[in-house]
Amino acid sequence: MAIWLAGRKGADYFTKTLISTTFRSLRTSSTVIASFGDSDDSSTGNFRKPYSFFPCADSSPAAVFRSRRFESSQAGPQLDFFSSDDDDEQIQGSMDFPGGKIGFTSEMRFLPESSEKRVECYRVLDDNGYELSSPKQHMNKEVAMKMYSGMLTLDSLDTVLYEAQRQGRISFYVTSFGEEAINLASAAALSSDDLIMPQYREPGILWWRGFTLQEFVNQCFGNKNDYGKGRQMPIHYGSKKHNYFTVSSPLATQLPQAVGAAYSLKTEKKDACVVAFFGDGSSSEGDFHASLNFAAVLEAPVVFICRNNGWAISTPTTDQFRSDGIVVKGHGYGIRSIRVDGNDALAVYNVVRVAREMAVTEQRPILIEAMTYRVGHHSTSDDSTKYRPADEIEHWKTSRNPVSIFRKWVQRKGWWSDEQESEFRANIRKQVINAIQVAEKTEKPSLETCLLMCMKSYLQV
Amino acid sequence: MATNLRRFKRFGSVFINNSSPLRGLSSSSAVLGSVDGQVQQPGTGTGKSINLYTAINQALQIALDSDPRSYIFGEDVGFGGVFRCTTGLADQFGKHRVFNTPLCEQGIVGFGIGLAAMGNRAIAEIQFADYIFPAFDQIVNEAAKFRYRSGNEFNCGGLTIRTPYGAVGHGGHYHSQSPEAFFCHVPGLKVVIPRSPKEAKGLLLSSIREPNPVVFFEPKWLYRLAVEEVPEGDYMLPLSEAEVIREGSDITLVGWGAQLAIMEQACVDAEKEGISCELIDLRTLIPWDKETVEASVRKTGRLLISHEAPVTGGFGAEISASIVERCFLRLEAPVARVCGLDTPFPLVFEPFYMPNKNKILDAIKDTVNY
Repeated sequence: MAIWLAGRKGADYFTKTLISTTFRSLRTSSTVIASFGDSDDSSTGNFRKPYSFFPCADSSPAAVFRSRRFESSQAGPQLDFFSSDDDDEQIQGSMDFPGGKIGFTSEMRFLPESSEKRVECYRVLDDNGYELSSPKQHMNKEVAMKMYSGMLTLDSLDTVLYEAQRQGRISFYVTSFGEEAINLASAAALSSDDLIMPQYREPGILWWRGFTLQEFVNQCFGNKNDYGKGRQMPIHYGSKKHNYFTVSSPLATQLPQAVGAAYSLKTEKKDACVVAFFGDGSSSEGDFHASLNFAAVLEAPVVFICRNNGWAISTPTTDQFRSDGIVVKGHGYGIRSIRVDGNDALAVYNVVRVAREMAVTEQRPILIEAMTYRVGHHSTSDDSTKYRPADEIEHWKTSRNPVSIFRKWVQRKGWWSDEQESEFRANIRKQVINAIQVAEKTEKPSLETCLLMCMKSYLQV
Repeated sequence: MATNLRRFKRFGSVFINNSSPLRGLSSSSAVLGSVDGQVQQPGTGTGKSINLYTAINQALQIALDSDPRSYIFGEDVGFGGVFRCTTGLADQFGKHRVFNTPLCEQGIVGFGIGLAAMGNRAIAEIQFADYIFPAFDQIVNEAAKFRYRSGNEFNCGGLTIRTPYGAVGHGGHYHSQSPEAFFCHVPGLKVVIPRSPKEAKGLLLSSIREPNPVVFFEPKWLYRLAVEEVPEGDYMLPLSEAEVIREGSDITLVGWGAQLAIMEQACVDAEKEGISCELIDLRTLIPWDKETVEASVRKTGRLLISHEAPVTGGFGAEISASIVERCFLRLEAPVARVCGLDTPFPLVFEPFYMPNKNKILDAIKDTVNY
């Protein structure tokens, strides 16, 4: 699925809005920390247990083959919600199958297609920027202000470059409106050594790491200072210096690659993980399922972050999957997972920080589903009012705006004022416009560079 | 035609008896390799007679030994692989460097790209070339374009995808296909196919150390069948250099992989009828050595291409078009293509499908007498 399909005449999805999704969870991060502290996995930094063909005195086939399996493939205890209270009475012996011991029952019971209750969504702030409970972790002013100024910068960059596309000055653009908190909060929670495998709606992380406005704009204009040398459509950023792999249009292809890169970090015992981003639509791709399975089996330190923004171009999540979103899929692959309010910057920050820590110290993958909403159109080739109601967009743009929610919190802290807001916005807009003027005047890359650089041997030019 | 299988049986026994016609196909341009990819002049090292899978195994052993950042992974490679190419490697180098993956080709190649992008040599095995297609997107859209699209910020040049291809006598359409042409249509990839054990070892080491992604097709019929003396040490054979393995003056034959043994037989039979054939092993399909083929066709004035893959859209079509462009006025006859039929690869009628010696011999005579 390409990312830039032209706008379609959409079906009427008025009755399928995401507004009905309610975030009722009051779960705090301390619960999460406790749960990973209780983990019995002591294989930090180790590879799977060594095996040999005939490792022990017990040479029964089951014992031999059991020892050859990865730890992660061994059957664990049954989940509570899959079994009833009188389970013990129903168990009638057990048997060693490949993969471990499994109990028998005479009662025929199918697992339900989903649990009755949807997985809760971790949240720190309410829509008015008030903390739901006294915070367990404190964010310092410096980090908070950098996050907030990053959100404003991202908004300004998006607004001006979107207009530039409408004026025909660049060919294409994709905004991150509505997903600013996921961008900046995850950036803040990571180490700069952590490698980013982006989809395409995560430029905030690059900004956090020092990618300049001029560098963003150079890429969109495909001039000779674009690191991609004018070969990819706008917003396909990438920078080795910033540990940010170049964006690739095909969806979910970055996910199995993230596992390979994470495996390299693991073997070299680096204090870093790979963070792979994707959307709700990408979770239908085969590469998504391949990557979760590979990451679990190979015990790779990778954090998968799904931005579930409700829409894959015009396709709502109701046409995408029947599961309770993405978070439940982690369980099927043996991956620890959490759902977080993606419009709550503090919640995203807390979750990504803990997830990153677990991935590195325990050498395991973690799956995060950040619930959010794509406020902008899919891209400049799309008109989303053709397939979703304007008031739905408006609701998420105003009442649930991640920038506004965070702003209320930082202003209440006394770290930001209305005057600073207007001054910053005016200033950053000027900077973006200035970067565009510079980028427009910069020459295109040389023709021979564009034509020849697909093999190493041609790189001399 | 029904004698085809018997012929191959005989062919096989000839190989194993060490008096194989493939001996004539062995490389004369073997060079000693070194870790940094420098190609050196050949020494006088003696080698043992080994089969093709053992030669592959030796190359993989050397690759792992000479670079601690090299990894081998794929379905069943941990215990040695279904064709035994990775035998003993996990024990020698550890299960973190030679390991099984889940059964998922797109995962294997995607994983390999990520591993290679971190500066490692990622040697992925796809168990049969017939099953490479789930990984087609990762190979075509990702591996091939990784360097180009990032303006060389990133590359996955350390990736080598090994996969057995081609007829095996009883494989049917899902264990016999030759999908090389699909990958020859993709700038950014190299496609390499060896014809014999000595070639396989030298070309595989070059492919692994090559700074661009390579799809390395191994002729599975020859894994056990082809036996020749192979230098024991570390050596590499150059990519993108074709080799004239039999000189002649009347017609040029171009092929690769297992098909060369069949073509060699046809050359021998043609010689009995007074036709002098020049036989070229292309070795690397992209980027291919047009100059060697062109020089030969300028000399002989005739060209025959043979491959197991279906004739339509096969790589023979590309060679034919390129040579016609380059030496139209020197051609004495239309370019002949003796290839697989335009059908799925059959099972019981495999002998009818295959571009066998008699079909090639007929085409040689037709072309020479045009």
